[in-house]
Amino acid sequence: MSVLIDERTKLCVAGITGREGTFHTLNNRAYGTDVVGGVTPGKGGQDVDGIPVFNSWQEAMDEVRPNTAMIFVPPRFAADAILEAAGAGVELVITITEGIPAHDELRVYNTLKRDHPGTRLVGPNCPGILSPGKANVGIIPASFFKQGNVGVVSRSGTLTYQIGNEIAQAGFGCSSIVGIGGDPVPGSSFVDILELFEADEETELVVLSGEIGGSAEEEAAAYIAEHMSKPVVAYIAGFTAPAGKQMGHAGAIVSGSSGTAAAKAEALEAKGVRVGRTPTEAAQIAVEVLGGSSISAA
Amino acid sequence: MDLLEYQGKQLFARHGLRVSSGEAVKTVEGAVEAAAEIGYPVVVKAQVLIGGRGKAGGVKLADDEASLREHAGNILGMEIKGHTVRTVWIEHASDIASEYYASILLDRSAKKPLLMFSIEGGVDIEEVAEQTPEKLIRHHIDPLAGLSHEEALQVAREGKADEDILGGVADALVALYEVWLEEDATLAEINPLIVTPEREVKALDSKVSLDGNALYRHPENQGLSDSENEDPLERRAKEEGVQYVKLDGDIGILGNGAGLVMSTLDVVAQAGGSPANFLDAGGGSNAETIKQAVDLILANKAVKAVLFNIFGGITRCDEVAEGLIAAFGEIKPTVPFVVRLDGTNDEEGRRLLAEAALPNVHPAKTMNEAAEKVVALAAGQPLGAGA
Repeated sequence: MSVLIDERTKLCVAGITGREGTFHTLNNRAYGTDVVGGVTPGKGGQDVDGIPVFNSWQEAMDEVRPNTAMIFVPPRFAADAILEAAGAGVELVITITEGIPAHDELRVYNTLKRDHPGTRLVGPNCPGILSPGKANVGIIPASFFKQGNVGVVSRSGTLTYQIGNEIAQAGFGCSSIVGIGGDPVPGSSFVDILELFEADEETELVVLSGEIGGSAEEEAAAYIAEHMSKPVVAYIAGFTAPAGKQMGHAGAIVSGSSGTAAAKAEALEAKGVRVGRTPTEAAQIAVEVLGGSSISAA
Repeated sequence: MDLLEYQGKQLFARHGLRVSSGEAVKTVEGAVEAAAEIGYPVVVKAQVLIGGRGKAGGVKLADDEASLREHAGNILGMEIKGHTVRTVWIEHASDIASEYYASILLDRSAKKPLLMFSIEGGVDIEEVAEQTPEKLIRHHIDPLAGLSHEEALQVAREGKADEDILGGVADALVALYEVWLEEDATLAEINPLIVTPEREVKALDSKVSLDGNALYRHPENQGLSDSENEDPLERRAKEEGVQYVKLDGDIGILGNGAGLVMSTLDVVAQAGGSPANFLDAGGGSNAETIKQAVDLILANKAVKAVLFNIFGGITRCDEVAEGLIAAFGEIKPTVPFVVRLDGTNDEEGRRLLAEAALPNVHPAKTMNEAAEKVVALAAGQPLGAGA
């Protein structure tokens, strides 16, 4: 088992004909992901290394029945691409695109809720999802991760690789690595993904990697206390970030006194979640817990 | 992107919110001319992106030219919490019967716009929220439906706005939502929203943040922002498309990926150091971007040592090494570097660096080791054997 993507994933890619889109789509296919098509308006009938390209999501749905979409188009076209894929009935839309206007994200989130409740959005501004040994959708370098029982959910890409790599070096693998992205209005929150890991038989422990801005970590803390039977280990980045400055990610900003790393770490620890002070320490705690030591202060 | 008060008010006016007419000026003479046109009494307001202007003496009433000259002279050039006042806004003084509060912000948790209204305006609204939360009305707007006049009236009524101006308050709230929506704002705040003795509802101040990702839809807003008070290095980084934030310390930081860089700053601080900047070289940084980034980091003369923390995903460590070698060829840095390369093509990258034998460049295996080394080097301590 794993969450969201696996051997049954049938992937179709918006923006497959772009340089980055082609590169990563072929990478995903080389990993073993079943890539059934791509969508680029005006380029229907062409193919990308044998992968058929369609003019619209409806056409792709009629022809190759994808269950997963990857959105790789420029920011100004991303909102419509997400909604079009959802409208065609795709269940999972993974959006890699960075730089989508916040109002577009609000519109997409609320439209999906109202009109397409059967579609789950992951991202935008995320590295995608990897279920080691099964499927890779996005830009996560698969070579750092082994198959195993650690679920990883993160707002940051490279930080996830850093933590996942340390866990792998200690001999443990991952069930799935889910990047929820660094934007202010993510389609899926920590809570949404924790719920999936809790239900996943293979996952025995979850590593949550958060950062400054918003209150998703605090909400995760409350959820963990009430609903998670599996141990969760956390890491939070941005203790030294000054207020009012956006730290790379659109969503990584301390507004006034809210959204600080210290408040997030405290909220998690108050609910018995162990928080590593460095990525290395978070990985070490995860390994320690998996090794059979006592879990936490919970 | 945060706007100055007068820039926000100009946006307000464009959407039908009532504001006092005024003028932004940079000199005392300019202020005098503006006041002659507007008519005394006028208010002189420092234009800086920081709260507490009033307490710092950055907002003054002037009844005549003599007092205007005095106040404008004092305020122009004044330092308010590290911000230099280069522009003052001169507007006709308003008579005030009541001070209300209104704002719309992006509620990241609810994933909806949040409208807040209170008749306790003109003070720090966080205090109102804490001490008398019942006086701060919070109303989520459905972004797919917008804010109707009926809904806004209900908010005004619930907030106990004066009966006779309920309609005027509702008009202001609807206009404020229009500003928020049509200008792609993430925050639009009026504090205070005043009621005049003539029972007019007017925005006396503004605090507006626009979404930088949506600026392509608003070419007319691209020139806004407080470019005069922007850090020159941050401005240069923006022009070059590099994610850079200047900080107060002496250790230059470069990493790839926002999360990893934030984490690197933390780990350096934990090791006892003080980061001089945040710099995300991006997910697919190549030799050219690395060179440019090194140049930017070293342009900050406070930097005493530099840490490269790369975990290669899409980024290839050999490209980073090549970039660093090229940068050394051109820039010839005089400060020590600590370089940690891990991930894609890390062995090749480390080999390139070893072969190039750059002066005063120290490899590190892990993030923690790299942080300890760079902190020691910045403090002028020699590294032990094996460094």
